[in-house]
Amino acid sequence: MTKQDLEIVAANGLINRRHLLGLGLAGMGTLASTSLLGADAGLNLEIPGWSKQPGANASGYGSRSRFTDDMQRMSGNPNPLYPGGGASRSPLHQLQGSITPNSLHFERHHAGIPDIDPAQHKLVIHGLVRQPLVFSYEDLLRYPMVSKIYFLECSGNSGSLFGPNPADGSAQSLHGLVSGAEWTGIPLSTLLDEAGVDPDARWINAVGADAASMGRSIPLNRAMDDVMLALFQNGEPVRPGQGYPMRLFVPGCEGNISVKWLTQIKLTREPTHFRDETSKYTDTRLDRKSQQFTFPMGTKSVITAPSGQMKLERQGIYQVTGIAWSGRGSIRRVEVSADGGRTWADAMIDSHQSEKALARFTIPWQWSGGDAVLQSRATDSQGNVQPTRTSLVTEKGNISTYHFHGIQSWAVNTAGDVANVYA
Amino acid sequence: MSTLKKLLTASAVSASLAIGLSAVVQAQSLGTPINESQLQGFDLIAQPNGSGYPAGGGTAMQGKAIFEIRCVACHGMTGEGTSANTRLVGGDMQSEERPIRTVGSYWPHASTLFDYVQRAMPADAPKSLSSDEVYQVIAYVLHLNGIIENSLVLNKETLMQVEMPNKDGFIDSSQAL
Repeated sequence: MTKQDLEIVAANGLINRRHLLGLGLAGMGTLASTSLLGADAGLNLEIPGWSKQPGANASGYGSRSRFTDDMQRMSGNPNPLYPGGGASRSPLHQLQGSITPNSLHFERHHAGIPDIDPAQHKLVIHGLVRQPLVFSYEDLLRYPMVSKIYFLECSGNSGSLFGPNPADGSAQSLHGLVSGAEWTGIPLSTLLDEAGVDPDARWINAVGADAASMGRSIPLNRAMDDVMLALFQNGEPVRPGQGYPMRLFVPGCEGNISVKWLTQIKLTREPTHFRDETSKYTDTRLDRKSQQFTFPMGTKSVITAPSGQMKLERQGIYQVTGIAWSGRGSIRRVEVSADGGRTWADAMIDSHQSEKALARFTIPWQWSGGDAVLQSRATDSQGNVQPTRTSLVTEKGNISTYHFHGIQSWAVNTAGDVANVYA
Repeated sequence: MSTLKKLLTASAVSASLAIGLSAVVQAQSLGTPINESQLQGFDLIAQPNGSGYPAGGGTAMQGKAIFEIRCVACHGMTGEGTSANTRLVGGDMQSEERPIRTVGSYWPHASTLFDYVQRAMPADAPKSLSSDEVYQVIAYVLHLNGIIENSLVLNKETLMQVEMPNKDGFIDSSQAL
C-alpha cells in the first residue's frame, strides 16, 4: 500500500480511521471520490457583501446564526389533559463534539417547568440526621464546587426500538433523550455531612419543587459517592428546564433520578416507593417480575450521521460519526460496520474519554452507491460490550421499554435514503 | 469532618503558619438549623411503613363523588382510562398476552397511591385535594380494583394493612453494579 491509498478496513467501504486527517491531500488513489479530484472551472471567488460593510455590534446575550435556526429540539404536541408533561429531544444529527448546548439539551418534565425565584427557594435536608438544615441559594453559592463532564440520558430513550417493527425515525426522534454537559455543583456528601447522617439511614428521598413534587429514592451509599447538587451547567446557572436554581445530578444513571428543582432530601431507612419508581421507571422481565431501582444506563452508541431520514446526495467519502457512552465507566472502543455487523472496523474516538460522559467517534466511509447497513458498537472501560438489538430484546422482552441500549442499524439504499431498520 | 470544615481548618492552619497568627476560623455549617415540626406542611413523603400520613380518612363511597368530578377527564368514569398511561383498573401480570399494568395489577404498595395523589394529582390542580379527599379518592380507586370494600374507612391505620395483588412482584436492583 502506498501512502496515497486509502486502506479499506472493513467491508462495504470503511476506511482506516488514520486517514481522518489526510483526506485533504491530493492524489487519493483509486478509491478517492470524483468530488475530491480537480478544480471546478465554473467557480470564481469574489469578496462577499458582508466583507464590505461593518457588521453588528457586540451584544449582551449572544444568539446563534440565523442560518442555524433550523436546529431545534423536537417535542410532541402539548396534551391538555397532562399539562406540562412531555419531553424535548436533542437534534443529535446536527450536533458535533461531546457537549450539548444548553438550549438544545434534552428535557423531560412531569408537570411543566416551574418559574422559581431563587431568593424564595429552599433546600431542606432532614429525616435521619443529627441536625435538620435548610439552605438558601445564597448559602449554597458559598460552598466549594466541583465541575465534571457527564452525559444525561432518559431511561425511556430509544424505547421504540423494543417495538416489533422499526419506526420511521431520525437519530433525534429515536435517540434524542441523551445529551452531554459540564455540571458544576457541590458534592452532596458535603451537605449530608453537615447535617450529620444517622447510622440507621439507608436511603435519601429527593423531591423537586415542580407541580408534581416529583420524588425519587436513592441508596445512601450511592448518594455519598459521586452525586452532586448541580447549580451550573456549561458554566451558566442551570436553566429552568434543567432544574433552576438547583438539581440533583447522579452520574451515569437514568435521568429521572437526577431530580430537578430539588427542594427536599429526607434520609430514611426505607425507600418511599414513589410513583416514578414503582408504576414508572421499572423493568418488567419475561418472568413477569419487575426490577426496581435499575439506575445505571447501559453501554451504548449511536451513529448520528449518516442517520435516519437523511439522504446521501452523491457517492464518495463521508465521515461516519456518532456518540458513545456508558453509565459504568468511560468509552474504551467504538467499532463501526457498514455491512450490518458482519465486518467491523475501529472508529477514532476524537473527544475526551472520561467516566460517564459522551465520547465522539468518527470513521471515514466510501459510499459507492450500493446498499449498506451502518452500525456502531461501543465497549466501555469495564469491558461491557453494547449488545445487538435482537439479543437485548430476547433477554429483556418488551413488556417494559426502558434502558434500551442495543445496536442501532441505519440502512442506506441505492438512492441514498437512510432509514431505521432491524438488522 | 466535612469537606467545608476541613477546608476552613486547613486554610486557618496555613494562615497561622504563614503570618504567625494564632486565631482559627470557627467551623460552622452554612445551613440554618430547622426542626421537623417546622416541616409538617412541607414534607409530603408517605412510606409503606406508615410514616408520613396525615390525620383524616374516608370511604370509597365518598371518593366516588370526588373521582367523578376531578379524575374522570383522564381516568374515565370507572378508572378504565383514556390511554394506557391513565388506566387505573384491571390487568393481570400473569396474562398470556403482554400484561396491562395498572394500580390494581402492578403497583406493589397502596402507600404509593396516597403519596402520588397527594403530591401530584389532579394533574390540572396538584395539591388541591384535602387529606380527607385524598383518602377517599384512593379508597375508590382501590375499590374499583376489588382490593377493598366500598365501606372501609381508609385512614393512616387501615391504609397500612391494604395488600396489593402484585406486592411480591418486584426485585430491588438498587445495589446492582
